[in-house]
Amino acid sequence: MSPKTVHQILDDPDFLELVRKKDRISAILTALELVLYFGFIALIAYNKAYLAEKISAGSSITIGIPIAVGVIVLSWILTGVYVFWANGKYDPMVKAVKEKMER
Amino acid sequence: MQAQPQSIIGTLSPMAIFFFLAFVAVTLGITYWAAKKTKNAAQFYAAGGGITGFQNGLALAGDYMSAASFLGIAGLVSLKGYDGLIYSVGWLVGWPIVMFLISEPLRNLGKYTLSDVVAFRLHPQPVKTAAAVGSLVTVLFYMTAQMVGAGTLIQLMFNLPYESAIILVGILIICYVLFGGMLATTWVQIIKACLLLGGATILVFLTLKSFNFSYPQMFSEAVRLYTPKFLEPGGLITKPLDAFSLGLALMFGTAGLPHVLMRFYTVPNAKEARKSVFYATGFIGYFYILTVTIGFGAAILVGKTFITSIDAGGNMSALALAEHLGGGPFLGFLAAVAFATILAVVAGLTLAGASAVSHDLYVGVFRHGKVKNDQEEMKVAKISTVGIGVIAILLGLLFKKQNVAFMVGLAFAVAASANFPALLMSIKWKRFTTAGAVSSMYTGLAVAVVLIVLSPTVWEDVFQDSSVKARAAAVATFTRLDGYSKDTAKSLATLQTQVAALQVDLAIPDLNAKVKANKTKALATGQADIAVLQGGTFPTALAAAKAAKDQAVAQVNKAPFPMKSPGIFSMGAAFLVGILVSLLKREESAEEMFESEKVRTYVGVGAEGSASH
Repeated sequence: MSPKTVHQILDDPDFLELVRKKDRISAILTALELVLYFGFIALIAYNKAYLAEKISAGSSITIGIPIAVGVIVLSWILTGVYVFWANGKYDPMVKAVKEKMER
Repeated sequence: MQAQPQSIIGTLSPMAIFFFLAFVAVTLGITYWAAKKTKNAAQFYAAGGGITGFQNGLALAGDYMSAASFLGIAGLVSLKGYDGLIYSVGWLVGWPIVMFLISEPLRNLGKYTLSDVVAFRLHPQPVKTAAAVGSLVTVLFYMTAQMVGAGTLIQLMFNLPYESAIILVGILIICYVLFGGMLATTWVQIIKACLLLGGATILVFLTLKSFNFSYPQMFSEAVRLYTPKFLEPGGLITKPLDAFSLGLALMFGTAGLPHVLMRFYTVPNAKEARKSVFYATGFIGYFYILTVTIGFGAAILVGKTFITSIDAGGNMSALALAEHLGGGPFLGFLAAVAFATILAVVAGLTLAGASAVSHDLYVGVFRHGKVKNDQEEMKVAKISTVGIGVIAILLGLLFKKQNVAFMVGLAFAVAASANFPALLMSIKWKRFTTAGAVSSMYTGLAVAVVLIVLSPTVWEDVFQDSSVKARAAAVATFTRLDGYSKDTAKSLATLQTQVAALQVDLAIPDLNAKVKANKTKALATGQADIAVLQGGTFPTALAAAKAAKDQAVAQVNKAPFPMKSPGIFSMGAAFLVGILVSLLKREESAEEMFESEKVRTYVGVGAEGSASH
């Protein structure tokens, strides 16, 4: 097989699949992060009473504390999910497309 | 009864000076080593693309974790409890956005700066000019806030005059950047990040040790001292739209900070770029959890009264806690780390500002992308570095004693409005045109700046400084007296202990003038309150304080724009204008080039980054 030009790559099904998958995962993860953070902000704005509840009877820790720490930790986990996906799925697809261009 | 420590904060600590000099010696040594390896523009701007993902993750964290956020957030938590925690969350959530939308395309499309990416398939002159203006405005606002904070902080910690502190910081950062370029800047960031994370970890370890390594016990103690309200959301978010707007600015502002984006060119490829965001997010998240713990620890172990007696904003809470738990040597170490932090952040900003001038404006606009040779670009970059460094010193001196708290918010709002929308649309949207990009960037910049000036943070806090201070003082007096009304006998006992502790502190001979003044004031207030409580005139005093508060509140003219953050409007306007102007007139060359851009965005083929040659 001869090397493909940029224009051939643009019509290549593998390339189109790669773009579609990458855009979809970026969009999903971005949406999750937005929901996570603005959900937290919405709770503070509209339901302070819930955040002020205690996590259990006799504890002085409010529900708000694990939720806030949870937003930080989950944000980090989302970046981990992306790296895991990209290393396992995206990089091999990129490699395959690159080989088509160079071969 | 909580311990009332005697404090040496504000005296010249030999330990602090020792640690600080050690840091300066090591970083100048690194600069010397880096200078020998920095021979061309790619090495100067991007460390030759030879930084690993892990190293860059630490350096990104170093760029982002400023002394202001360490001391400021710990202080906010120590005084406001849960509200401080809410605030810290906002500073982290931009990082996943950087990863999902920006980091890899940026690495694949650009060379040294974000304007390379925006201008990739558009007319370079107008686009690079606008992008450089956006970058410079962001960098200069951010820098002014850091420099003024640095001067005040160093004055408080080391008893060094403000002007000398500013000039010292300026000269050191010029040395790092001028001679060592991005390589030295990166290693200064890495060392600083390790010191800050290490120092904060030790402080949290000592804090938790006081509570038998039990967070529940720590929080119970916090509630016992400051009522359950301390762990509940308070007055930080009252207007949902304002909170949403600030959230947008923080989230998308991170994805438009020039000194952060520039770091993605220091790694060899998109894979390392994405890895570096993962590490950076982890380090920064960990750092904020530590900082919040330090804030709560300081509130409990050191006490709010003592913290505010050193600095009314609570900025010294982490240092006061360090002294309480680890004594003078640990205080000295942490103070030196805070100083190192300032140096590293300003160095990163200086390099980003210098690249906007030399790479975007001089090479991209003035020389139409064509320079005789690499050495010419290097020369201009070095001249720009000295220029930006001198500007940093001048800004620090010019804004001495000014209220610059709004400037970090403004930097984020400009980054989110002028830089981010154009960057995202140029990567993702085929129909985006030169006119669309330029109008979007200037609109975002103008709307953000104008609305901030019309907002309470500038219109009231800066323009009506004295009335606002009078209002704050009157409100504080009323709140304080109102607090006594629940249990006057207990309040009296607490006050007497505090006054006794302050008298001990004030007896330290070489206390610096500023700390002494703050403590003397706190002592006078305490003594006056004791007199009122003992003299039986408390109800009258409380009523008088309420009247004074109402009058002081009425004295301040309300800002025309009621929100604290313009993010939602300035970002919205930038996107809207960018889209509408692009739709008005097609730009065929840009649409054609989108195809080859697309292959490069996703696959990285043809990425000319600094590492590939």
